[in-house]
Amino acid sequence: MSQEPLSQRSLNAQLFRGYAAYTVGFCLLVLLLALFEIMGLARQWIGYAFLLVTVALYAGIGIMCRTSDPVEYYVAGRRVPAVFNGMATAADWMSVASFIGVAGTLYLTGYNGLAYILGWTGGYVLVALFLAPYLRKFGRYTIPDFLGARFGGNWPRLLGVLCAVLCSFTYLVAQIYGVGIITTRMTGISFELGIFIALGGVLVCSFLGGMRAVTWTQVGQYIILLIAYLVPVVWLAVKQTGEPLPQVAASSVLQQVSEREHELTHDQSELAVRALWQARAEMMQTRVSGLPDTHETEQQKLRLQLLRARANDAPMGEVRNLERELAAYPKSVEGARMAWSKARDDYAVRATAPQPHAEPFASRTFELTDAVRNNFLAIVLCLMMGTAGLPHILMRSFTTPSVDAARKSVFWSLFFILLLYLTAPALAILVKFEIYTDLVGSRFADLPAWVHAWSAVDRSLLNIVDLNRDGIVQLAEIHMGADVVVLAGPEIGGLPYVVSGLVAAGALAAALSTADGLLLTLSSALSHDTVFRVLSPKMGPGRRVLLSKILLLIVAFAAAWAATRTPADILFLVGAAFSFAASTFFPVLVLGIFWKGANKWGACCGMLTGLCVTVVYMIQAQPWLRHWILGISTSEPVSLWWDIQPIAAGVFGAPAAFAVIVLVSLLTRKSNPVTDALVDDLRLPD
Amino acid sequence: MRTAQAYSRTRYWRHNILLIVGLLCFWWLVTFVPAYFALELSEYSIFGWPFSFWMAAFGAPLFFLSIVGFYAWWMGRRDQCARRVSQTGD
Repeated sequence: MSQEPLSQRSLNAQLFRGYAAYTVGFCLLVLLLALFEIMGLARQWIGYAFLLVTVALYAGIGIMCRTSDPVEYYVAGRRVPAVFNGMATAADWMSVASFIGVAGTLYLTGYNGLAYILGWTGGYVLVALFLAPYLRKFGRYTIPDFLGARFGGNWPRLLGVLCAVLCSFTYLVAQIYGVGIITTRMTGISFELGIFIALGGVLVCSFLGGMRAVTWTQVGQYIILLIAYLVPVVWLAVKQTGEPLPQVAASSVLQQVSEREHELTHDQSELAVRALWQARAEMMQTRVSGLPDTHETEQQKLRLQLLRARANDAPMGEVRNLERELAAYPKSVEGARMAWSKARDDYAVRATAPQPHAEPFASRTFELTDAVRNNFLAIVLCLMMGTAGLPHILMRSFTTPSVDAARKSVFWSLFFILLLYLTAPALAILVKFEIYTDLVGSRFADLPAWVHAWSAVDRSLLNIVDLNRDGIVQLAEIHMGADVVVLAGPEIGGLPYVVSGLVAAGALAAALSTADGLLLTLSSALSHDTVFRVLSPKMGPGRRVLLSKILLLIVAFAAAWAATRTPADILFLVGAAFSFAASTFFPVLVLGIFWKGANKWGACCGMLTGLCVTVVYMIQAQPWLRHWILGISTSEPVSLWWDIQPIAAGVFGAPAAFAVIVLVSLLTRKSNPVTDALVDDLRLPD
Repeated sequence: MRTAQAYSRTRYWRHNILLIVGLLCFWWLVTFVPAYFALELSEYSIFGWPFSFWMAAFGAPLFFLSIVGFYAWWMGRRDQCARRVSQTGD
């Protein structure tokens, strides 16, 4: 500390004071809204208040930090202290998938969900050891910049741009989709309007101030998302066990959850409900195997049923259900095969006993533990390499003042990420306990209000049906989507509504901060690396920044448009972005720094191979993607390599890329003194 | 003088590589070994958690943090030494 210049230290102190005031202000806002809630303010207004105040805060920071200087715009002037850079990276890093998805996945899959925690934290070891210090030593603006300088020529740079656009755009669409969902829940406005309001908040920030504004906003967003994550968990922990530390509380709750799981596995009425699901699955199987005849006969049967119901004056709900079913009846034989096969698989999963939460590699769909274990290891490895290859994270090492600060900044990033990730497993267990003890066994007549509210939003998020008509909720009758666990967590635990609003604001902060970072990466890859470096190198600094801002707008609207069109699953989109990063940037950057022999042709061929292997595997192993691109029905079985799911496609792409880079570089070997000097310089102490 | 400097540079880099390899082995050890043998290790318990679950949820991430922290601290010290040597050498 004593070696830092005085100005740096006073800057640090100033920043600490500023953000402390910001934190206190935000807490006061939450308390104020809590007070209003007690006084009877409508829930919707609490949602509006959180949405407007936080977006206005982010936009305000953006306006304060506006700039048109390239160094400020692209790398925040290279003087962000390590702690704050770490905090901004953590916000950049933690997307909707982290904030909402991790605890939800842990709730649904228990131990198997820990693959995400392992992969997303272990990747930082690779960043710290292999990439961050050297990229900072190189010290320009973007990752394609590095590829261009290290391998020489425009081809590696342009391929870098292509890969950066591919990873970041996929990821950005997922974020904006998440933003849309959250704003809709929070305020009840339409999905499209929600996307565009939130987009406004993102744009004011990154458009006016580039990396400088984004960095300081991300620090603010991190503070909000951390508060929003920790408050409900600590509250739940205290409520259930009287213990404020969630991890300690969860370890005692876990034992009760396991006992309850055991009970529910052998409970008579649970067994009866599971048998009913099994019967439904078998019915679907007979339908599928009877195709094409059953397509006609089932429709006839349904029509007849409807007529009979109308004739007998059946209850309104029943008639309406039948009408809806008939309207949604598959139009073609192929459509029927796809819909019924899916229904069969869904019912079959619901017919299985709950999987023990803490038991490794338990699964409701796979019989083989080995296959589950291989997938677990593959996802961990793929996410780790992907983390170390995502350009919007690597770019953050350019914003620190020195190589030493770049290393320390990785430490702080991981520290701030862990504050959240280490509580996710606890949250999943605490929510599970609430569901197992409060909801299961309660009467259908007095279901809590949140059940109705969330099943009204989307049946795939929450759906409880009285299958055996005994008026009592069985575990097998509950279907919960992953997103509900965090978003509805406060309501499930019976906390005041203001906490729900806070959680939504946190999720919004997570999505917006990541979207900001991605937008900047995309626009600088297109403007700085494509237009300025390749097309018109004589462009002045002012025009470069202006161009970057225009491209940023275009990219943002393109992503928003794509998000309103693609109702794909968020987790797969995010997984795809990681696979692309793992199979393109990670191999080429690591070899570029650690092996002088890696050359231009090796890098180009390697990146292309990695990309192709990943894309091909994804297309042939993901049924809906295959249906969309090749037109093959989703009911056809997929052929997997070693049972690895398509979400971890990067584990095939990355080794292929490494091998091709080495092979091609050896074949086209030529000593290049300029490259040697560059690599030597990277390896020198700062 | 030049050769001495080049020698110290190679030494700095070799030292760095050794450190990286060592830390990477540790990283591999705390991630993939407990995950591969998770079923077998589940029988043991630690702080009230099954060992495999605790390792993947809390243990390994904390080890990652210490690896990154140790590397930053160690290399920061070495960089300072190298700077001092090059200043006195000039």
